[in-house]
Amino acid sequence: MAVSGAPGSNLPGTMTSSAWAVAGSLIAGTVLSIIIAAKAQDAPMAAHAWLFAFAFAAGVMALGQRHLNATTHGGAREDDGTGYNDGVVKAGAIATLFWGVAGFLVGVVIAFQLAFPFLNLDTAITNFGRLRPLHTSAVIFAFGGNALIATSFYVVQRTCRTRLAGDVAPWFVFWGYNLFIVVAATGYLMGVSQAREYAEPEWYADLWLTLVWVVYLLVFLATLAKRKEPHIYVANWFYLAFIVTIAMLHIGNNLAIPESLTSSKSYALFPGVQDALIQWWYGHNAVGFFLTAGFLGMMYYFVPKRAERPVYSYRLSIVHFWSLIFLYIWAGPHHLHFTALPDWAQTLGMTFSIMLWMPSWGGMINGLMTLSGAWDKLRTDPVIRMLVVSVAFYGMSTFEGPVMSVKAVNSLSHYTDWTIGHVHSGALGWVGFVSFGAIYCLIPWLWKRERLYSLALVSWHFWIATIGIVLYITAMWVSGILQGLMWRAYDAQGFLEYSFAETVAAMHPFYVIRALGGVLFLVGALIMVYNCWMTIKGRVRESEPLPAPAPAGAMPQPAE
Amino acid sequence: MAKKFSHEAIEKNSILLLLLTLVVVAIGGLVEIVPTFLIKSTIEDVEGVRPYSPLELAGRNIYLREGCYTCHSQMIRSLRSEVERYGHYSLAAESKYDHPFQWGSKRTGPDLARVGGKYSDEWHRLHMADPRAVVPESVMPGYPFLASTPLDYRNTSKGLSALAMAGVPYAQENIENARADLEAQATPDADTEGLMQRYPKAVARDFDGNPAMISELDALVAYLQMLGTLVDFNAYENADFKQ
Repeated sequence: MAVSGAPGSNLPGTMTSSAWAVAGSLIAGTVLSIIIAAKAQDAPMAAHAWLFAFAFAAGVMALGQRHLNATTHGGAREDDGTGYNDGVVKAGAIATLFWGVAGFLVGVVIAFQLAFPFLNLDTAITNFGRLRPLHTSAVIFAFGGNALIATSFYVVQRTCRTRLAGDVAPWFVFWGYNLFIVVAATGYLMGVSQAREYAEPEWYADLWLTLVWVVYLLVFLATLAKRKEPHIYVANWFYLAFIVTIAMLHIGNNLAIPESLTSSKSYALFPGVQDALIQWWYGHNAVGFFLTAGFLGMMYYFVPKRAERPVYSYRLSIVHFWSLIFLYIWAGPHHLHFTALPDWAQTLGMTFSIMLWMPSWGGMINGLMTLSGAWDKLRTDPVIRMLVVSVAFYGMSTFEGPVMSVKAVNSLSHYTDWTIGHVHSGALGWVGFVSFGAIYCLIPWLWKRERLYSLALVSWHFWIATIGIVLYITAMWVSGILQGLMWRAYDAQGFLEYSFAETVAAMHPFYVIRALGGVLFLVGALIMVYNCWMTIKGRVRESEPLPAPAPAGAMPQPAE
Repeated sequence: MAKKFSHEAIEKNSILLLLLTLVVVAIGGLVEIVPTFLIKSTIEDVEGVRPYSPLELAGRNIYLREGCYTCHSQMIRSLRSEVERYGHYSLAAESKYDHPFQWGSKRTGPDLARVGGKYSDEWHRLHMADPRAVVPESVMPGYPFLASTPLDYRNTSKGLSALAMAGVPYAQENIENARADLEAQATPDADTEGLMQRYPKAVARDFDGNPAMISELDALVAYLQMLGTLVDFNAYENADFKQ
């Protein structure tokens, strides 16, 4: 199951010994899944075991099909002469678009549920409690994860000037990861959940993801190892830190004891205080390494590439890389201020969160200043505008985060919508926009189109989504601070002034505004999907007023 | 290049880069997490805290399944306004048998750490069927299907075994009697002697108002009604917590 060796003298796409090993493992996996399905203790486990069985069997058939195609055509079709493996990157880009729309749509649905609770429909699978993990997993892991896998596979090949290591392995990573997403998502709807925020998938999905992630790490490392450039480019440091740290966090946070090997239910290994600390060690660093380090890797390739300028400061990238990854890990306890977690841990978490401001802004400055001498492109290229605004949002939310980690501020903001607003300024503004920017770069490059179908539509996407984000985060600031103040308000007699229900009622208008902000963000994403679809079809919009930037495929690598 | 150390060495060696990264990201977690297992004062013993009874555990599992933690916390912070609204701030010991913890991170609805005994079973039944029937401002989803779904408790003893493996002090006796204890707690006029001995302060009654069936609502209400009721703070108030 490890990274397969070079195909040797075989035709690309035909069965190698490592491909045979993969096929054998998949057949074994199919048999095991069918046995588990037959003995399953509960309906979700049976459904998921069948899903695994079908997926593994489909994998075997795909390998066979690939072999037959390759023998009849004298080599795999995905080899387009560049020497790079771009097939899996294309698949990842399309998956990113698909999951992005799905995740934003579920987000809009649950936002409206909070404003108009009858929309929960009062059934098991449509209630907020089950849909909310569906939303968070779809946007973070499905949209964000596919964007990271696709871009990391693209970037590591270009910056190492070598083909992606492994023959079947990169495809195993892509399909295996997306199988994990489907298992997780259908599990939530069926009520399968560990009830750990951002780590809801149950033990068997976690085990599967661990396997996929190890292969991902091996593919990435093996590609770095056979690079033809002497230096490892800075984007790859961030991608590597993201991959290896997520492996550590995922395993640490998901230690659990299943009821039985045929049951979908497990119990967390650690209790109470320790479990809370481990969960937020994971939870905060899912932000720090999945949503920050990984996407900083994206920024370090696509911003300089699109702006055609070298990274602003090599020295700053070294300092900010090491300090960022060192400091982030400590920040978790700021999610547990004034709780039963020992005070020393809370204070430590707060201290490091404040220090984290510096490397975060180091990264922001390095990204923004890369545009030195190319600021005019903000006016002419809406893709650059998107990338730059994403870095600006990164700077904003990494300033807000340390502020909220201060105990005095946190006593007001914690448990309120302020947190939700903070997360979304990072998620929509930073992660969303930097991914959109990367996708807008990648689609024409991958499909060998001279340019996007329409830059005007990119501009529309940019403005509609930006207005959506502004509505979202301002509504959440107001509702969060309002609710926090109402919870602690005292009347003249020294009693608490508001009942909890009164504070809920006060949230209503802001929940409506937030939902509308979400709709705008979703509309922007749909425009992007249309634009990308037309680009892939090879169309160029007539009467396009904006000048197209030169195609980037032939440009030199970003300077180091 | 003339200096003793150059970052180039790391940039040109992928394995060195990987290992250094791993070391750098491991430090913070180790320094913060390991001591909470080693320092005894992290969880001070409090009288009254006991593992969940099988019915309460089944109710807790429904709480996890429905994602209640997405809107409800179970952690009263040591702030005046919270203690006045919800009761004594939460103690570490009160969640020492919680696998996983359910402290939560968001209060779209109120904190539930001490909701036990605040409302009647009847209120919970109405509230679960249609939250706005009892709280007009509520934005909570309705869960009418809980009352009509029979509780699946075939694997209750397996759950207790798994928790025992994780360190919850369930004796062999608890595991063997799990099913009987669950039925006794949800059935009116059942023999509850063994249940009470194994799970002091457990409340046995027909929680969902339907004696014909042990429903998911029985389990969930049993769980909600015991939250925060195990520690008698009156016994402590003037001694241990006064500093």
